[in-house]
This record gives sequence, structure tokens and C-alpha cells, in this order.
Amino acid sequence: MSSAAITRPSNEPQWVLPSRGHVGMFTLIAAEFAIFTIFVVAYIFYIGKSMSGPAPKDVLDVPIFTTASLLSSSLTIHLAVRALRNAKVAAFGLWWFVTIALGAVFLVGTGRAWQHLIFEKGLTISTNLFGTTYYSLVGLHAFHVTVGLVILAMGMIFTLLGFVKQEHSVRAEIFSLYWHFVDVVWVIVFTVVYVIGR
Amino acid sequence: MASETIALNVVNPAERPIGDRLHDWIVTVDHKKLGILYILYAMTFLVIGGIEATIIRIQLIVPHNHFVSPEVFNRMFTVHGTTMIFFVTMPVLFGFGTYLIPLMIGARDMAFPRLNALSLWLTAFGGLLLYYSFIGGNGLYGAGNAPDVGWFAYAPLTARAFSPGHSTDFWTLGLLVSGFGSIGTAVNFIATILCMRCTGMTLGKMPLLAWMNLVMAGMVILAVSPLTAAQMMLSIDRYLGGHFFDSQAGGSAVLWMHFFWIFGHPEVYILVIPAFAFVSEIIPVFSRKPIFGYPVMVAATVCIGFVSMSVWAHHMFTVGMSSYGNSFFVITTMIVGIPTGIKIFNWIGTMWGGKIQFKSPMLFCIAFLFQFLLAGLTGIMLSAAPFNWQLTASYFVVAHFHYMLVGAILFAIFGAFYYWFPKMSGRIYNETLATWHFWLFLIGFHLTFDFMHIPGVLGMPRRIYTYEAGRGWEIWNLIVSIGVVFQIAGILVFAFNLLRSLAKGDSAGSDPWDAWTLEWSTSSPPPEYNFARIPVVRSRRPLWDIKHPEDPDWKYE
Repeated sequence: MSSAAITRPSNEPQWVLPSRGHVGMFTLIAAEFAIFTIFVVAYIFYIGKSMSGPAPKDVLDVPIFTTASLLSSSLTIHLAVRALRNAKVAAFGLWWFVTIALGAVFLVGTGRAWQHLIFEKGLTISTNLFGTTYYSLVGLHAFHVTVGLVILAMGMIFTLLGFVKQEHSVRAEIFSLYWHFVDVVWVIVFTVVYVIGR
Repeated sequence: MASETIALNVVNPAERPIGDRLHDWIVTVDHKKLGILYILYAMTFLVIGGIEATIIRIQLIVPHNHFVSPEVFNRMFTVHGTTMIFFVTMPVLFGFGTYLIPLMIGARDMAFPRLNALSLWLTAFGGLLLYYSFIGGNGLYGAGNAPDVGWFAYAPLTARAFSPGHSTDFWTLGLLVSGFGSIGTAVNFIATILCMRCTGMTLGKMPLLAWMNLVMAGMVILAVSPLTAAQMMLSIDRYLGGHFFDSQAGGSAVLWMHFFWIFGHPEVYILVIPAFAFVSEIIPVFSRKPIFGYPVMVAATVCIGFVSMSVWAHHMFTVGMSSYGNSFFVITTMIVGIPTGIKIFNWIGTMWGGKIQFKSPMLFCIAFLFQFLLAGLTGIMLSAAPFNWQLTASYFVVAHFHYMLVGAILFAIFGAFYYWFPKMSGRIYNETLATWHFWLFLIGFHLTFDFMHIPGVLGMPRRIYTYEAGRGWEIWNLIVSIGVVFQIAGILVFAFNLLRSLAKGDSAGSDPWDAWTLEWSTSSPPPEYNFARIPVVRSRRPLWDIKHPEDPDWKYE
């Protein structure tokens, strides 16, 4: 194609477009938010509509410790990404590992809470509407934590094998968007399930 | 303008063994091949969905017909609706988008080529899951069975007690899986359009097709995700004993209706906005004028996207919402008429004073204008709640939405086929046959869907497998069914024309329509890398600027 007619004058600003990784991740997060919105709406709509027990206030303990773990993991992953951006791979590996540990604490805490609910309080997903909506919403979130942990673990393995370099900080940052999203969703779920719903 | 080419060190594809070439298509991440796969996949399902529609119309051609049993009839309208929405219209529109967007914005591929392939195969797998229910729907208990709960699958019909076996589960899984595919495609469209534009192509200089697909992708993100969530809930109800939609345990059947239509109504605009995109590209080229009111066109599209998110409960006027709820959804639904009306005037404004060439893509677009207007007008009628109470779930509604889906969307898709077929195949088709296709299909369409309004007004409900004689419905049902013959004839001419042109059509050259967008600047079919040199654009019609260096568009924009 002859491009003589459409060559841009050199005084025009450089052509810069947004990063596709960021745009892709933000778009995915928007879709995930839409999915969670529907589950949250269903939860709120069904608060107090169960036709049999147990009710939330009888069985739910507020998970302060695990919530604190998950929320602080947002800080640690931020520190990890910042370390990698400054080419401090060892510091990155350390903060990345702390993030995994905090996420794992949250997941184990959720598992123990569920064990308590199922075997001691007799609340399963089919017991009543509260059980259905509670296990679905909290379980959907826990699933997202699990996916995040799998990806974090892969990053950890790559770090230990020495593949991770400063140039990968953008990828780590894009993943950290997902992890922050999982945290924000937990704030919403916590508010709905343990504050409003209880 | 001679296209530059890059000499790639590959064997001429025609000389490679067929097994290798097929393998290339399976493992490809090239947006052009994936786009064509989407389109071929959709065409296959168009034939299947068309056969189901034909079975429905044969059954209803006379009163007390015994062509199929009531059970089979229920399966046919359920699978017909699901197939046509999810496995024909969406994939064909995604296919054109996948093929055209990188070419039109001057990119070498989508932002995420592998995600693109994943989305295609997820969609394809979703369709196979739906149809597997014909074999495995009843599990171990007996013969095959397909879902028979209607395409919107209202609770409690989908509860285990009323839908035993696995047919509803295959429906749920098919939509869930293809929904993930749709979300992947939407993520890809948005990232591609925002991040892959060639130098100089600001958002205000993008082809309208890219703009409209951007809006469509945003709507997929916000509307298909709720469907995904609702399908998860339905699976939890059916497999884990949940109570989301179980009114026996305090659950709400109306909640499912809300969740479904929060998806279901924006879905109509997800389908029609890419159709607008085709029309917005075709009408200017065959009117020999730039599009009239480009910024208004973009604004109207975004506006439709916004407003259509808040109209869903106009499908539910008879459920018994409060008068405030009804009024809200009446008003928002009527407001949609404003931006769509603006679009119609813009297309007419584009044609006004132009040197109109009545070639087949343009014929389909002109028919689109009339039929889209009429479909919109019956939509305004149905948006008035009191009128809707009378005619909801009648054949008037069926005629209305088929006028939109066939009269507007399918006509625009046919226009797009004829317009871009020379680019995709490198061959030109037979214009006489294309004109035959147009007139046959136009006659068939109007016979079927104009006259379908009348039994609806006379009180014929939708989804009945037969009806009593003597209610004044017979003649209309007969005419409606006769129209199907013309539509089938038109489709056969279409298929014959394209297949024949593919085999021995004349070479199309890179720019058969003397068009203005970037896809026509590369060879037909485009090379794998699309552009030897990434183009630089300064206006909305980059090829016009190249062809008319003495009077380029960028002087005026």
C-alpha cells in the first residue's frame, strides 16, 4: 500500500494505547462482578425467607481472623509487585509467599467454618434457603480464592526455579488486580452475610 | 493500489496434504480462520434450527394435525429458540466480529489469539452439549429426550419433579459453557478495540463496526454473566438440592424470571447492535457517501446499550409487579425507541442524495430498514403494559420478535455475507442468484411473519401444539407455513451461490466495492499477517484518503 498520502507529520504526539493485559483483566473483573452481583442479590432477597432453621444468627460466627488474613494479603501482593518492579526478586519471592500463606489461612478458615456448620450445626446447602444462598455465595468466593492460589503457587514455583525477572512485573501486577478483586468481593460478601444478614 | 506482501518461508497451502490442512484449522489461533469457523459452525446450526422451525410450522399448518406429538412439539420450540439465539446468531455475529475487527482497525490479530480459539471451542462444545441431550437426555432410563422447558426455562418447570432426566441439565450446561465462551470473546473484543488500533486511529476515527462491537462486547460482559450466575443456581437446585427457585421451600420462581430477563433483554441488543454495525458499513459504500452523523451514531449506540440494561421486566408485565414497577419498565422500554429512531434517520440521511447502487448487500440493508422499523413499532405497542396484558404470550409477540430476529438481524447478516464474502474467499459471487435469494427470502419472510401477527391478535397463544378449527386462525396459519417454503428456497439459492462461487467464482480483487475501510486495503483473502506494513490513518475513511490524495477526508474531520 502506498502510504505517502497518510504518513503522519513527525510533530504529532507518539501513538500510545492502553495495555491489553490491564484492559483484559479489568473486563474480566467486570464480568465477575456481574456474576457476584446476581448471587449477592439472591442472598439479600432471601434473607429471612427460610421456612425452617437454622437461622444465620444461631449458627454463624464472624470470621474476623481469616478476613484480616485475606485483606492483608492485598497489601503483601502489592509489596511483592513493587519489589519485582524494582528488580528485587528475593523480596518479591518472600512477599509472594506471604500472600500465598495468608490466602491459604483464609481458605482453611472457611473450610473449618463449613465443617463446623455441616457436622455440628447440621446446615447443608439443601437444609433451607439460608444454606443454599450461604454456601453458594461464600463457595463461589472461595472458588475464586482457590483459583488465585493455584496461579500464585505457579508464580512461586517459577520464582523458585529462577525464571522470574523484572520484566515479568507487569504480569504479576495484572494478576494482583485479580487478587485485589477477590478481596473487594470478600468485603461485600462479609458485609452482606455477616453484618446485614446476621 | 497493489498490496505489498511479505514472503513467508512456507509451502503453498494447496500443496499440503488434506490432513495437515484440517489440522491447521483445528489448532489455529488466527482470527480470520477462527472467524470463518464461527460462521461455518453457526450455519450448521442454522440448518438444524431451521429444520426444527419447519417441523413446528408443519405441525401448525392445519388444525388437529398429528405430524408430531405434543411432547416432541415442546422439545422443538425449546431447542429451536435456544439454538437460534445461542448457537446461530451469537456465533455468526462473533464470527464476523472476530474476522473483521482486527482488519478494520489495522491490527495483525486479536489482543488474545489463544483466548479467541478457546472461546470458539467453548461455544462449539456448548452447542454439542445441548444436542447431546437428544441422545443422553433421559440418562439410563430410556430413549433420548431434548429439553422441553421453553427457551427461557421458567421455574418451577425446571425443578427435578417436573423435568426428570438430564435434558434440562444439558440445556443448562450448554448455555453455561457457551456463556463462558461469549464472555471470553467479549473480553477479547474490548481489549482488541481499545489496545490494538493502528497509528492514528483514535476512537473518533474507528469504523462504526468496531464501535458497535465494542458496545456489544460491553453488554455481553454485563448481561451474559447474570445468565451464567442464574444457570449455576439452577444447577445447584437440580444437583445439590438447593432452593433458589423452589417455592415449596420459600424460593421464588419470579426471581428466575428477573435473572433470566436481565440477561434476556440486553441479549436482543447484543444481537441487533452488530447487525446495526453491518448496515452502518454497507449503506455508506453503496450510497457513495460517508455515514451521516457519525458521532450521533456512536452516541445512540452507547445510549441503547445503557437503556437496554433497564428494560428487562417488560417481559413480565403479567407477573403482577407494582404499578410503579410497570410504569418504570414501560417508560424505559419506550425510551429505547429514541436512539434507535435516530439511527434509522441517520441511515436514511446517508442514502439521501447518494448515488445508490442496488447490489445485493444494499438490497438486504434496505429491507432491514423497513423491517427493523416495523419490528420496532410493534415493540412500542407491546411496551405499553395494558396492551401487553392482552397480547403477551400470543403469536403477536412471536411475530414481533421474529420480525426483529429474522427481518432485521438475519437480513443484515445476509447483507454482511454478500458484502464480505469476496474479502473472505477472494471470489465474487453471482449477483443474479443473490438477487433471487433476496426476493425469495423477502417474500417468504413477509408471508410468514406479517401474517403471524393476525392469529396473535385473534387470541392464538404461543407454544400450543395444535388448535381448534373455527376460530379464524386456520387461513393465517396456512399462509404462515407456506412462507416457510419460500424462505427455504431462498436459503438453498444462497448456499448454492456461495458454494459455487467458492469453487469457480471470478477473482474478486482486493477492493471490489471501492470501499473505504482498512480491510479492503489488503489482498482477498488477507494474508496471515493481514498487513505487510501496519497502516497509518488520519480519517474515518483511510482508503478514500489514499485514493483521493487531492481531497482527503482528514481536511474536514
